[in-house]
Amino acid sequence: MLFSKIFRTGLVTEPLAGDDAAIAVARELAARTRRLLGRALAIREVDAGSCNGCELEISGLTGPVYDSERFGIHFVASPRHADLLLVTGPVTRNMEVPLRKTWEATPAPKLVVAVGDCARTCGVFAGSYAVVGSVDRVVPVDAFVDGCPPEPADILRGILVALDRRAAR
Amino acid sequence: MTLETTACVLAYMVLAYLGGAVVALLPLRSGLTRALSAAAAIAGALAGIVLAARVLIAGAPFALTVPALLSVGGGLALRLDTLGAFFLILVGVVAAPAALYGAGYSRAYTGRYSLRWLGAMLNLFLLTMSVVTLADNVLTFVLAWEAMSVASYFLVMTEHERADTVAAGGWYLAMTHVGLALILSAFLLLVPVDGGGSFAELRLTAAALSPSLRGVVFVLAVLGFGSKAGLVPLHVWLPRAHPAAPSHVSALMSGVMVKLGVYGILRFALDLLGVGPAWWGALLIGLGAASALVGVLYALMEDDLKRLLAYSSVENVGLIFIGVGAGLLFTSLHEPAAAALALAAALYHALNHAVFKGLLFLGAGAVAHATGTRDMNRLGGLVRRLPWTAACFLVGALAIGGLPPFNGFVSEWLLFQSLLPAVGSSAPLVAPVMTLAVGALALTAGLAAAAFVKAFGITFLALPRSVEAREAHEASVTMRVAMVGLAALCAVLGLGAAFVLPALGSILAGYAGLPRVVPPLTAGPLLVPPGGGASISPSLVAIGLLLAMGAAWLAVRVGAARGLRVGDTWGCGRIGQTPRMEYTSTAYAEPLRRVFAELYRPTEDLTIDVHPESRYFVQSIAYRSEIVPWFERYVYGPLVRRVAAGAGRTRAIQSGSAHAYLAYLVVALLALLAISLAWSG
Amino acid sequence: MTRWAIEIAQGLLVLALAPGLVGVVRWLKARLQSRRGAPPWQPYYELRKLFGKEVVVSSSASWLFRLAPYVVFASTAAAACLVPSLAVGRPLDAVGDLLVVVYLLLLGTVFLALAGLDPGSAFGGMGSSREMTVAALAEPTVALAIFALALSAGSTNLGQIVGRTLTDPAAALSPGHLFAFAALFVVMLAETGRLPVDNPATHLELTMIHEAMVLEYSGRYLALIEWAAALKLLVFFALLGNLFLPWGVAVAASPGALAVALGSLLLKLAVIAVVVAVLETRLAKLRLFRVPELLSVSFVLALLAVTSSFLAR
Repeated sequence: MLFSKIFRTGLVTEPLAGDDAAIAVARELAARTRRLLGRALAIREVDAGSCNGCELEISGLTGPVYDSERFGIHFVASPRHADLLLVTGPVTRNMEVPLRKTWEATPAPKLVVAVGDCARTCGVFAGSYAVVGSVDRVVPVDAFVDGCPPEPADILRGILVALDRRAAR
Repeated sequence: MTLETTACVLAYMVLAYLGGAVVALLPLRSGLTRALSAAAAIAGALAGIVLAARVLIAGAPFALTVPALLSVGGGLALRLDTLGAFFLILVGVVAAPAALYGAGYSRAYTGRYSLRWLGAMLNLFLLTMSVVTLADNVLTFVLAWEAMSVASYFLVMTEHERADTVAAGGWYLAMTHVGLALILSAFLLLVPVDGGGSFAELRLTAAALSPSLRGVVFVLAVLGFGSKAGLVPLHVWLPRAHPAAPSHVSALMSGVMVKLGVYGILRFALDLLGVGPAWWGALLIGLGAASALVGVLYALMEDDLKRLLAYSSVENVGLIFIGVGAGLLFTSLHEPAAAALALAAALYHALNHAVFKGLLFLGAGAVAHATGTRDMNRLGGLVRRLPWTAACFLVGALAIGGLPPFNGFVSEWLLFQSLLPAVGSSAPLVAPVMTLAVGALALTAGLAAAAFVKAFGITFLALPRSVEAREAHEASVTMRVAMVGLAALCAVLGLGAAFVLPALGSILAGYAGLPRVVPPLTAGPLLVPPGGGASISPSLVAIGLLLAMGAAWLAVRVGAARGLRVGDTWGCGRIGQTPRMEYTSTAYAEPLRRVFAELYRPTEDLTIDVHPESRYFVQSIAYRSEIVPWFERYVYGPLVRRVAAGAGRTRAIQSGSAHAYLAYLVVALLALLAISLAWSG
Repeated sequence: MTRWAIEIAQGLLVLALAPGLVGVVRWLKARLQSRRGAPPWQPYYELRKLFGKEVVVSSSASWLFRLAPYVVFASTAAAACLVPSLAVGRPLDAVGDLLVVVYLLLLGTVFLALAGLDPGSAFGGMGSSREMTVAALAEPTVALAIFALALSAGSTNLGQIVGRTLTDPAAALSPGHLFAFAALFVVMLAETGRLPVDNPATHLELTMIHEAMVLEYSGRYLALIEWAAALKLLVFFALLGNLFLPWGVAVAASPGALAVALGSLLLKLAVIAVVVAVLETRLAKLRLFRVPELLSVSFVLALLAVTSSFLAR
């Protein structure tokens, strides 16, 4: 019964649509990093105090519609296995040190993509006593993806842009 | 000429040990006492090895009788045949490193316990163990056996200020004498009515006995020697006595003394009694499988490093008895070739176990010596403080876990190969029993690997869990040399398996009609048990592994990025890491505790202390969990209580009144008169 | 000389194929999840990337942590060389039999378990403890399944087991072989960390067994361990394929026979990969304390295998 449903549904992956309007590149990518990480990228997602809106959009990335795996991107549990940190949320006081430690635990070469308005400008939490500042005050960021929350397609484009890859299909 | 030279070597051995015992008791400086008693023990051990080697190479036994020494029961009769020679080599091989180790280890006893008594008893212990393998009549055997037990009792009681040591000594003394009583009964059933009790006479008597009486003798021998070997259900003294003794003594007891229990059963079953019915072998296989499983299951749950090793000895003795039982089963089924292989595998495992268990106990002793504790939950991080000990313990742990290419794997492989024909045997009940024995063997092997990953991993790896572990120091030079020597021997016994098996195969030739185990001549570096199609080569596997590791390292060095950075352990970004966050020994065994919960019946006791002003703030949590010690609680507990109750009632005879005692004397005299009159009349 | 050349070629082939096999299983699972997924050769890109990355080592770890990846890789590669993937009658056939293969894999598991304990993290200890539990409980099944095969073949030698079924094709369908296959299939799922025993793609540390032990590894060490895990999968697939359905395995050393052997090996690997991918899609992961129940089922199957092999002689 499960398999008849699978075969009836077929492949639902959509080609990556949209443009790079919501993406801001913060740092230049080294050619060596591009060659190394271009085809196989491991992402460790870090929630630095977000409202989980961005997390919900990120969780759609591994689903059948957006399918990040077709670009060679997969999510990992340990930052030691990761190449890219996907950071969301305004960095709260309690998450400042863990975020920093996660970045230090990641082996070089590494990238950081900050997702959502909170990650860049602290969004609606700007000025709160519990918030340290935007992500690039704690770790060096390579690309920002704007939106509250940004669409999964934009997040995926943000990762690809950080890798200096134009989306294939 | 040769006989006299061999007699000289024997004399050297005896003189070395006796000399060591005497010198140890002299009032010398403690350092000199330690060194001299160790040197004497090593000299005696080496002489013993030379003596045994001469007998094995010549193939002919060496005999010496001194009837004048003790005119009762035929005097002192010594005879070293190939079976005894093998066990004498086993004694020497473990005794020399253990004595060397003891020289450095016993320094910690200076001023607190008697070093002189320790040195003297050690030499006496080694001497009596050697004489047990040499004994050729009942008197010599029993005297040496009892002296061995008494000497080892004193050795166990070295640290007599500790309460658990005293209790352990009590258990040990009681059980060894129960064993002695059973052994004596077995011997006495075989002694001819008018004869002197030499083994030659016993063989003749045994051949003339009825099958049921021979069965009784066999069972008595199994129980008596089995209690020394640590066979279930007579093993309960082992986990108490072996940890309590000083570590080099534990190595000798676990490595050598339990093997003398195996020697006793082999002497009875193969030599004195001859071929028996199939149930003899089946009994040994059953007891062996039960010991193997009980031993490993309790070893897994232990947090005390030396108790874990002691239970593991019970497990390995079970494996040896599975091999011996299979050998006896095959002889009764008239398949001598298969029997020879099974017994050779059992002897190989006995030798291997002596070497790696000795090594593990010496390592555990170094850890206890350095940190003052045996509790694994308080150890950790010792791989950096005690690098030599850690490396040697790792070799021992890999060997006992049965991992290729070490010696433990080779003897377990041989055991599997020898059991394979039995699984396909057409005799009734043999195949199903053997199948379950194979399953038990494999389960034991897997659980033993898990137990020793726990033992090595929790003790040596990660961060130290206590102040003592943080400040541990490496063992002294003699201790290190002894451990490295045993580790090297482990490697040699494993890699050189192709040469060891033919040597072992010739030991049991001739007993009970067994042939020599002769591998094909074209074997080379391969270990080829005769009769089967399978072969392995531990040395080639080892070379292959080293080549593969080297090739991988080279390829990585050339082709991969070089950078290496040291960082914190990943803890999800947690601020700090403390040793409290590591896995403990109890935690490591917890999944298996749950899997076997029906066997363990663990009890849990949780006490939570809350802040007096609010029950939401927890101040402390105390957790206590125990597993049911089945044998102690349900077999020995009631037995000891009944015996104590009976003894209490019998005490009524000691009324304290002189009149009553005089009356007893008169009654006894009258009764004796009546009996002697009736006998002669 | 040719025999050695075949031996070396087989070893290198198996080393090269292993990541691709993992990729194929992942690709199949992706397609069954209605998504496009990465191409089957994605693991090769991942290995290349990992070899180019820096290594970060915990300050609490010792030399064992840095040695373990090499031991794990070497032991799995040695086991892979002993398995008759392409041909029988190779010179290494006499160096190790089926028991050696199984215990070499256990050597790798033990070192990985020790390496999980070394950095002193709770996850590593947890993964290590669970891995040793599963490995210990799978041992009796493996031993009995090996004995079932050895009973009909006469010994535990791999070449002889393959040869026996080749000379007596009816033996492949005997109840002993079928039960042994089922038992070994369950053990394969447990030992290689596949659903329903362990999810290789999980991010939840409390559900991990194999992954939890490698959480601290990075860079080239992680690459070696991942490669070894892929090799282990290939070893089990090759054993399941070539011991129970040995047709296609080259007995002669001719190029034609080797070509046929390669084709049949790839076909068997593909079929087993499809079965595993479908099973992983259909089944959910078992709770850790239900895994021993699964392993006891496989133990009973192995027991039945031995009994039927024995009765059928």
